[in-house]
Amino acid sequence: MTFTRLPSRVAHAAPRLQIALSLAVLAALFTLTITPPAQAMNIQTIKSPGGIEAWLVEEHSVPLMAMRFAFAGGNSQDAIGKEGTANFITAMMDEGAGDLDSAHFQERMEEIAMRMSFDDSKDTLYGSLETLTVNRPKAVELLKLAIAKPRFDPDAVDRIRQQLLANLIFSEKDPEKVAAKEWFATAFEGHAYGRPANGTAASVGKISHDDLANFHKRLFARNTLKVVAVGDIDAEAFGKLLDDVFGGLPAMAEMTEVGQTKPVNVGRQQIIEMNVPQSVAVFGLGAMARKDPDFMAAFVINHILGGGGFSAKLMEEVREKRGLAYSVYSYIQPYKHASILSGSVATKNESMAESLDIIRAELKKMADNGPTAEDLDAAKKYLTGSYALRFDTNSKIATQLLGLMEEGFGTGYVDTRNKLVDAITMEDVKRVARRLLATDGLNVTIVGKPVNMKASVAAPTRG
Amino acid sequence: MIDRLFQQRLSSLLAHPFLATLLLAFPMLAINPDAQAQAAAASSRASEFTLSNGMQVVVIPDHRSPVVTHMVWYKIGAADEQRGVSGIAHFLEHLMFKSTDKIAVGEFSKIVGRLGGQDNAFTGHDATSYFQRTAKDRLPTMMEMEADRMVNLRLDEKEVLTERDVILEERRSRIDNNPSSLFDEQMNAALYLNHPYGVPVIGWYHEMAKLSRADAMDFYKRAYAPNNAILVVSGDVTNDEVKALAEATYGKIPSNPKVNSKRVRPTDPPQIVARHIDYKDPRAGNSSFHRYYVAPSYVTAKPGEAEALDLLMKIAGAGSTSRIYKKLVVQDKIASQTSGDYAGYGLDGGTISLYATAADGVSLPKVEAAIDDVLADLVANGVTAGELERAKSSFLADYIFESDNQATLARRYGWGLTVGRTVAQIEAWPEAISKVTADDIKKVAALYLDLRHSVSGYLEPDKSVAAQRGAPDVVAPAANSVLR
Repeated sequence: MTFTRLPSRVAHAAPRLQIALSLAVLAALFTLTITPPAQAMNIQTIKSPGGIEAWLVEEHSVPLMAMRFAFAGGNSQDAIGKEGTANFITAMMDEGAGDLDSAHFQERMEEIAMRMSFDDSKDTLYGSLETLTVNRPKAVELLKLAIAKPRFDPDAVDRIRQQLLANLIFSEKDPEKVAAKEWFATAFEGHAYGRPANGTAASVGKISHDDLANFHKRLFARNTLKVVAVGDIDAEAFGKLLDDVFGGLPAMAEMTEVGQTKPVNVGRQQIIEMNVPQSVAVFGLGAMARKDPDFMAAFVINHILGGGGFSAKLMEEVREKRGLAYSVYSYIQPYKHASILSGSVATKNESMAESLDIIRAELKKMADNGPTAEDLDAAKKYLTGSYALRFDTNSKIATQLLGLMEEGFGTGYVDTRNKLVDAITMEDVKRVARRLLATDGLNVTIVGKPVNMKASVAAPTRG
Repeated sequence: MIDRLFQQRLSSLLAHPFLATLLLAFPMLAINPDAQAQAAAASSRASEFTLSNGMQVVVIPDHRSPVVTHMVWYKIGAADEQRGVSGIAHFLEHLMFKSTDKIAVGEFSKIVGRLGGQDNAFTGHDATSYFQRTAKDRLPTMMEMEADRMVNLRLDEKEVLTERDVILEERRSRIDNNPSSLFDEQMNAALYLNHPYGVPVIGWYHEMAKLSRADAMDFYKRAYAPNNAILVVSGDVTNDEVKALAEATYGKIPSNPKVNSKRVRPTDPPQIVARHIDYKDPRAGNSSFHRYYVAPSYVTAKPGEAEALDLLMKIAGAGSTSRIYKKLVVQDKIASQTSGDYAGYGLDGGTISLYATAADGVSLPKVEAAIDDVLADLVANGVTAGELERAKSSFLADYIFESDNQATLARRYGWGLTVGRTVAQIEAWPEAISKVTADDIKKVAALYLDLRHSVSGYLEPDKSVAAQRGAPDVVAPAANSVLR
């Protein structure tokens, strides 16, 4: 299931980024912030006897394996009126498969200490398996069952439905979650990205066994599969594993066409009233696609502006100098069908107007003047110097590499990525900042009771 | 579940900090917990020594990747605050990022960033910790900077007031905007009759709003010295490298005789009355039942008790294979989600916690009664051999999984040593878990699932018109730690 995490300093450095974003976003970001030395990691491209391609990093000093995989088509593939189906599926994957009902499946998983989880993003369904080497054969067998033969038993479906409905009720009263959901609903009105990723009470209430089975059949297919394994497994064993687990899936996914888009309703500011002492605002605008030649420069600009932890401009102006917020950040996220630069700030109701003024001014300043030479230098030093931190555990390596695969990069990207960052010039960032940061296009959604603020349009009524 | 996850995230850094680490070069991993535990106990992972000024040092090598995690732990936390200045431990932790004679205002994290590193800090009731993650060759600079701010902090009145606004916003984000967190704070306040664990780490709003530069400097001078600190370095380093660097940095700071690591805190009288609290908030989700019991911790328990409590609560409440989930969610369908946990990492004691979200239309007394039935059965009949075996295997495997992560290891050892455990005790954990019997579990269930030592709470949505009109007039961890 996808849970939006709290944008605060609950994690290690770059906490706003990491906490605020989902696995999918992280996978994408990490591909941008890492590059281990080539000699430290040998990424093998392998092909299973059955023809499934995958990446492998062997690391035999710890008797563990971490595997990450992805199928294209996340919650943007949910049918109209059945929003939340992808999320529902991810919660059903350990609820029984093959001849094992829910209780037996979960007990087996516990017996062998197997870690299996699934997650959905807008464009992708993610899976993760971690197992001790000694238990790998049994873990692979269970994973295969889960992926190929999920049962979606009626009692399990109803049980998970109740949990998802309870989650929706919690989310509706959480200003951060409401702000994020409504921001997407406005910025991507009329597009699949604008629909609620976890659905609504009405849509989740209607999702049936057949909807789940059909969604599973359409999207769990070999042609969109991406897989990475890191750890105590060799190429031959991994090849066999790939055929075991994924070999029986349909060759081709049946995807619903999702069109390319960009944020609409630009420049809109809306206020959704909620009785809370602290308002939360989500702001954002369109950005460059991942394969746009200017993307890396945009990424560096965002790092300087709001992505760079305690040294970012928004942090410095809103928090460090004025004490207006605990959490303020921005990130750049290249979804498959649209790219955005988005951010958030949480501040007492009396300070929201001032905080947003400062944020707008910082965006404008960056667009007009670009960063200082010192800021650009510091950003490049951080981005290149911290690469190795993303590669110090099996799990992290697997997640990073899967992100690269998804974005269509080769294994060599890890060696060239720091050079791409280093190559960015002041001229590049100034030009790209002008292109990126058109503040009159900023779309803002505020949830709370902000003082002395007006919406540019009335808040929408949504079910 | 979202709210529970949120709470778990807050405390995630401190969850199960004692759990020992298994070896990277693990000879053989049988599913049999005994064999696993023996293998784990067979050799030591971390080495330790003490500098001449009294600073303890732990080194945990992991040479797979050329990076290090550098942490300094102080044996002081929110539960060591004087009455009336709640939140000062956490506030000081924020202020530690301001300036020294060598580091200009706000530069600390920027310097770390320019060196390709990441940094942060966190505060709990029993410990305060600062850390950086960097490439190996940056370690000397990190140690120099951390040693510098141990004794050379400079605070300007204006910066202190600005940062105070930041922690008030942090409180609004973490607590006041979230009815579950507000309620959790009330649960803790009701659980402890006199012990400062009942005061939230982040502080009570009305006291936080008055914290001053003088309060921060007093706290700093009371606690920050090498003889009250522990250095933990994990990653691509050797014991000898760390020793040389530590002597050249932290080792230059004289021991401070005014700083006494003896921690004298108010204590609770015997708890003799079951407590119950209700909270209605228009922002609450579905009705939920909560219960906390005071229990011993790994530090205060008799040998084996804390391990038995860990296993008991795993079997009783953790995940969808637990007794409570099976009974309330699967069988009776009176709850949509449940959880149960034992937190055994406190210096002065631990807690047992239980939680359930009621299914639509089910009353909280009914949910509570069903949980009490499950617990009564555990007290009367204990756990099955199969449950015990699965729970042990699962715990032991978790520790092997965690050995994949140097930052997790650094936290485990750092926390353990901060509350007075030894490296040997920390590393003997798998063995201790493997020795627990079903009888041990039955005994701790009977001893500690005692309602007289507990608070039960009902959190419900307030649907009255008046409630919808006015914001709740509240301004206040659930979490066991609060990060910078």
